[in-house]
Amino acid sequence: MAEKIGVYICHCGTNIGKTVDCKAVAEYACLLPNVVVARDYQYTCSDPGQEMIKNDIRELGLTRVVVASCSPLMHEPTFRRAVEGAGLNPFLFQMANIREQCSWITEDRELATARAKVIVSAAVMRVNFNEPLQVQKVPVNPNVLIVGGGITGIEAALQIADSGKKVYLVEKEATIGGFMARFDKTFPTLDCAACILTPKMVSVGQHPNIELLSYSDVTDFSGYVGNFTARIRRRPRYVDEDKCTGCGQCEQKCPLSVPSEFECGLGKRKAIYRPFPQAVPSTPVIDREHCLCFTKGVCKVCQKFCPRGAIDFEQEEKYVDVQVGSVILATGFDLFDASRIKEYGYGRLPNVITSLEFERLTHASGPTAGKILLRNGKPPESVAIVHCVGSRDLNYNEYCSRVCCMYSLKTAHLVHEKTEAKVYEFYIDMRAFGKGYEEFYKRLLHEDVTFIRGRVAEVTDVPQNLSEKGKLIVVAEDTLLGIVRRVPVDLVVLSVGLEPRRDVVQVAHTFRISRSKDGFFLEKHPKLAPVSTAGDGIFIAGSCQGPKDIPDSVAQGAAAAANVLSLVDRREVELEPTIALIHEESCSGCKICIGLCPYNAISFDEAGKRAVIATALCKGCGVCVAACPSGAIEQQNFTGRQLLAEVEAICAQ
Amino acid sequence: MNRAYDKSARLVCGALDIDLAELNDWNCCGASAYMAIHELRAHLLSARNLAIAEKEKKDLVVVCPACLTTLTKTNHYLAEDSRFKRTICAGLKAANLQYWGSVKVRHLLDVIVRDIGENEVKARIKRKLTGLKVAPYYGCQLTRPFGEIDDKEFPTILDTLLKWIGTEPVNFPLKAKCCGGLLMMTNEDVALVLNRNLLDCAQQNGAECIATICPLCHMNIETYQGDVNKMFGTNFRIPALYFTQLMGLAFGFSRKELGINEELIQSQGVLEKHLEVIR
Amino acid sequence: MVIEMTERFEPKIVGFLCKWCAYTGADLAGTSRIKYPPNVYPIRVNCSGRVDPTLVLKALSTGADGVLIAGCHPGDCHYTNGNVKTIRRFMVLQKMLDQFGIERERVRLEWVSASEGERYARIVESMTEEIRALGPLNWKAKLEVAA
Repeated sequence: MAEKIGVYICHCGTNIGKTVDCKAVAEYACLLPNVVVARDYQYTCSDPGQEMIKNDIRELGLTRVVVASCSPLMHEPTFRRAVEGAGLNPFLFQMANIREQCSWITEDRELATARAKVIVSAAVMRVNFNEPLQVQKVPVNPNVLIVGGGITGIEAALQIADSGKKVYLVEKEATIGGFMARFDKTFPTLDCAACILTPKMVSVGQHPNIELLSYSDVTDFSGYVGNFTARIRRRPRYVDEDKCTGCGQCEQKCPLSVPSEFECGLGKRKAIYRPFPQAVPSTPVIDREHCLCFTKGVCKVCQKFCPRGAIDFEQEEKYVDVQVGSVILATGFDLFDASRIKEYGYGRLPNVITSLEFERLTHASGPTAGKILLRNGKPPESVAIVHCVGSRDLNYNEYCSRVCCMYSLKTAHLVHEKTEAKVYEFYIDMRAFGKGYEEFYKRLLHEDVTFIRGRVAEVTDVPQNLSEKGKLIVVAEDTLLGIVRRVPVDLVVLSVGLEPRRDVVQVAHTFRISRSKDGFFLEKHPKLAPVSTAGDGIFIAGSCQGPKDIPDSVAQGAAAAANVLSLVDRREVELEPTIALIHEESCSGCKICIGLCPYNAISFDEAGKRAVIATALCKGCGVCVAACPSGAIEQQNFTGRQLLAEVEAICAQ
Repeated sequence: MNRAYDKSARLVCGALDIDLAELNDWNCCGASAYMAIHELRAHLLSARNLAIAEKEKKDLVVVCPACLTTLTKTNHYLAEDSRFKRTICAGLKAANLQYWGSVKVRHLLDVIVRDIGENEVKARIKRKLTGLKVAPYYGCQLTRPFGEIDDKEFPTILDTLLKWIGTEPVNFPLKAKCCGGLLMMTNEDVALVLNRNLLDCAQQNGAECIATICPLCHMNIETYQGDVNKMFGTNFRIPALYFTQLMGLAFGFSRKELGINEELIQSQGVLEKHLEVIR
Repeated sequence: MVIEMTERFEPKIVGFLCKWCAYTGADLAGTSRIKYPPNVYPIRVNCSGRVDPTLVLKALSTGADGVLIAGCHPGDCHYTNGNVKTIRRFMVLQKMLDQFGIERERVRLEWVSASEGERYARIVESMTEEIRALGPLNWKAKLEVAA
């Protein structure tokens, strides 16, 4: 019995209708074999639009439905639900993309209409061979994995843990807190970063539902939404976390001091150390690259003095496997490496520093006890702050790093507050977009900061006259005055941009998610789904998705938590049934498919001498399908017959 | 005085057994004002040279950084921009030429330091130039925009060569800064300031002469030193020598052969202090 | 297919695009309103590894002038390494096409990530122009030559 196909050509307002002659396409569709009705409609995804389709199914006894409108990535679920609502299996529906890949790519009405006709006929020919399929329902493990213990990860962890679910929080460093732990005051309120962060850190450390795995990273990740397995590597601290009380004796007694990474190399720490006093967990870690016991086999003073015997030089790396239903990646960012811009002299000229180094200088518990000093220990008489270092620059990163204008203003304010120095700020635009931001900018305008609009060309120590001798000269075009200015200062602070973490490619591969053009993780939709990814059950939040300030990071952390809780409370989730099935009679037992499966889902049945697919493991890539020389494997909803129908329809025109 | 660059370069290459063959029927590379008037046609001029070089199965060696930059840019754009490539190839086809993008373009300095190497250079030294303080001046175009030859801001390849031939390259922070180039014709005031800065910096760092690798830089520094002095009340008298002239001296060639007697600011006094025959 | 001298030859190219990267990237090109030649007709698959070489040959033998297979960049495949298998198959397919005298420009394997809308448009543009310059495939004539 021939199928009865209903075809619906959507105008999508003027999105399609302006370029594609939808009426003509509908008329054309009417003439295609098995099509019993073809209509064009303004907004097919609307309620009345969907009703129209449902009515046709019921009254005309349609057995297949094709909607030609936007991308299936947009509304395939919508129309599948509509079709199901009228009693038709949702997989007997096919979508034709005549918007993103048709009306929007050309302005030529004739070409667009002709193209739309081809695309529609391909969908119509294909849908004849669609089979009714059942979605697979799988239970959702309520445990959650959060990778990254900065403010974003902390926010997400607390939200989820407070709802009663178990959270595994994995953090690469020895302490949670991320970059925020190193900041002094935060814009625009000038809140002390540590004051607002540390209570949250303590909550995480004490929360019964959060298992904090610090000094660890995820090495393997597999499974599917609701059922993931993560392998976590716990690096050895050489201190037993269970025995340590955080008394700090070991740190005090350790004889060896080395540059501290937390202090950007401006201050020192011991070989056994906590990154900062309020670290969570408060267990120190031994740096085996410098520790005298590891390098020379001597000392062990920390072990001698530890009242709990918590020091364990024999500690080894451990692997832990956890089962979770969803994961949130909150891995954060890295700062642009200012030494790449040779013209600014970072790394060559001693008094050119980055904004993070400035944070450590101005921080009360930093290497200079909060005093802003030059390398020679004297306070600066003049300071230049340079915007857009590494950002908005085709030579480095094209994008804007969003936070630098605001933190530059904060830097200017702190210099003004703590020194008598004259402050110059070299900017291109002033991006003060958030709540209270413009007001903060206005405040700075009244604080006697000289704003010079122009991108800094270079920072040099070669003087051109006496007043420049011994100074760092910042050279920039003052675009408002129309002249090139040479401004001699004592200290230059480079407002460096934000970049994806150095290991972002590795993390993306581990979790099998994509990255956008700028290298940050790719969200499912920039406006409507900023914390989801294309992979179900995998969420991203915070600056790993793109540069952002603390308020937005917290908001995204909470958003990701909401997404996770929604998934968990659903208790079960539906999987696309596009899996591969073997027709036993056709299988010749050649075994070609077995080695091809990335999930080892295919095994060989010795008794029956044929290949067997474990449907629970199959993810539906279709690689085995294409490889089978006997054509014995078929992929549900992507059968050879269906794809062939599309090819034939396209080529026949 | 640019003839001196040609003479000294050929002599030095001969001494180092570098086989230089003049490109058959070569034309201007387009690195003149033409680039500002019709960029595409200027690149077509470069492409013609590249096409001829490819036909002769040779790489191109240049002594002028502007030629280097234009030819290199042409190569880059052909590889990256398909529309540019179509236009250029159509233009070449009209002249019965074609170019597949295989020609490498190098500056002679780069070839000597990277391909020939320290041992070969040192082996040819017949004269010591000990104690001669030289400011290595790269000019703005050798390392920009691609930074393929050396660090863009603080290159060292010329410093290295100057050490090999026994001179003392001084610290010269403005080594890769602009001399004004063609601005000396169109906007003399600006160019004179730039040259003043270069000369001042060289002098402050104790340089007795300035080594150049670009004919235009050489001309600006040497020819207009008088004008700089007039404008700023300075009295610079720093001779400029092409790196090939310095190499030639070290290799034992006479000053006449190297065109050193043709210069405007005589280097005789400076050189006299430091020349010493080895063998 | 008769080509009139006054009409410009419009190549017909069948495109197999993987849903995770290439198809999404192609969507992005449209969303960004990038204009490019409408000569590639997309067929969505889960992974470029699903593309059976017989489908490619079917396309060429029933009227297509070219075939584009587009998947995720190596290392980024949603199914770990489906695209690696595509590469292997593609290399063998190319050898076969050589024997038919079918120009290599007609069947291309490209990597397009979900954020590379501009790149997809440029690939379609350059492929269309190249095949336009080559002219229609004329499969029957190729078979006679190979026989």
